[in-house]
Amino acid sequence: MAYSKKVIDKFEKTLNEPEKFNVGRFDPKEANVGTGMVGAPACGDVMKLQIKCESRGNTHVIKDVKFKTYGCGSAIASSSEIVDMLIGKTLEEAREIKNIEIAEALELPPIKIHCSVLAEDSIRQAIDDFEHKQ
Amino acid sequence: MSTKVTLPIYMDYASTTPVDPRVAKKISDHLTLDGNFGNPASRSHKFGWKAEESVEEARSHVANLVGCDPREIVWTSGATEADNLAIKGIANFYQSKGKHIITSKIEHKAVLDPCRQLERDGFEVTYLEPNEGGLITDEAVLDATREDTILVSIMHINNELGTINDLESIGKITREKGIFFHVDAAQSTGKVPIDLSTLPVDLMSFSAHKTYGPKGVGALFVRRKPRVRIEAQIHGGGHERGMRSGTLATHQIVGMGEAFRIAKEEMDQDVKKIQSLHKKFYDSVSKIEEIYVNGDMNNKVSNILNISFAYVEGESLIMALKDIAVSSGSACTSASLEPSYVLRALGRKDELASSSIRFSFGRFTTEEDVDYTLSLINHAVDRLRELSPLWEMYLDGIDLDTVEWQTH
Repeated sequence: MAYSKKVIDKFEKTLNEPEKFNVGRFDPKEANVGTGMVGAPACGDVMKLQIKCESRGNTHVIKDVKFKTYGCGSAIASSSEIVDMLIGKTLEEAREIKNIEIAEALELPPIKIHCSVLAEDSIRQAIDDFEHKQ
Repeated sequence: MSTKVTLPIYMDYASTTPVDPRVAKKISDHLTLDGNFGNPASRSHKFGWKAEESVEEARSHVANLVGCDPREIVWTSGATEADNLAIKGIANFYQSKGKHIITSKIEHKAVLDPCRQLERDGFEVTYLEPNEGGLITDEAVLDATREDTILVSIMHINNELGTINDLESIGKITREKGIFFHVDAAQSTGKVPIDLSTLPVDLMSFSAHKTYGPKGVGALFVRRKPRVRIEAQIHGGGHERGMRSGTLATHQIVGMGEAFRIAKEEMDQDVKKIQSLHKKFYDSVSKIEEIYVNGDMNNKVSNILNISFAYVEGESLIMALKDIAVSSGSACTSASLEPSYVLRALGRKDELASSSIRFSFGRFTTEEDVDYTLSLINHAVDRLRELSPLWEMYLDGIDLDTVEWQTH
């Protein structure tokens, strides 16, 4: 399988220590939680990303993240990878995260780039959902 | 956990088998100067005669396992070549009688691709749908027959599901209609008895490496009575009664012969052992919630078990089971990013098709291997479901078919 060591490593750690790697869920109804869900079962990937924010000045900062992902090893690793990228960022900064950063961090092979695109989409959706609630 | 297992555990016997040590010995006896290395086509000296003797003995072993005359066996480089030779050979020879061929959607690519090629050459091919259980029924074959049908090519045992087609009933139809019947039996030898002296089959493909023989050798059965003619696809010397030229690969052929001789002798004990492993495996795995067996459980070989683990994606499951060598119905592992065409033909939803794993056992699988595999599966499925948003939705009672997904 054309997986980089980084993907395998991230996948295995996430699988073996789900809590430590932010697998889980927040109550989507909470006002400070934004939920994004992208992909489709028939396509082989579904990512659900949740951000928990607190206000700071006139913006919001991502305090905590939870996710669940159905998909191949690269999809799971990509979701897990964005957790660290998100925590502590303002929503404006989080919006700037590009799939290429995820792909490079995990050394995704070209055939798996769509996993990073999906991960980027999940961030946008979660932020949109959060902002919609405010 | 038992210390007796060696990792990784091989659970992919349907893809290939290790060569039986007895077969390896036979092969190595036919390579070097002090061995039987001659060209079986050499008529002028003892080296050739001895090699020919070995090849003919091997031919008898193959014929003996499948109940035919040794003269009906043509050596090939494998089942893929045998399938090509049968399908193109019949099509080329009998095209003046008609240009319609019937096959199925769940055939191996070694059958489907030659059929596609013939379509480009002006033939018409009907691809039959399997029933829900992965079987091709005789009714489906009968319905598809036409005046100009010259060949039906249906596999015996499906390589992904292990389902067994009823050759007797399909062959009855082809005989009545005067249509040739080719069967890809690459997965059959040593698993189920085959008796070509009574089976209404005209051509049958075999492979050595699925039955503890070497890779790179196979055979095509071409019936003599009633006579079946095929047009050769490889020319150059007229070996194998003109049907397949090329110097015979003595060492591989004797390997196949020995493997099939052992298969004949030990099929009963092999099958018995594998049946008990299958039972153990199935009894345990069926306790996992939301799993689906692909293929008719009552009509399959016990060395193959294909299971979909709902709400878990197949490729991630294979990654999580890295100490177990298995195949996935999710072709995400290959370049095409598509679920198995066989499972789709069964009508399985894409997500179930891509969450499938084929486990296949064999002569060297131990009970400890099965125990270890089962514990890993339980662990991996639990963990991946904990990670799966779909599993969460399932537990929340959400019908996934009603969700509007954002497809890409």
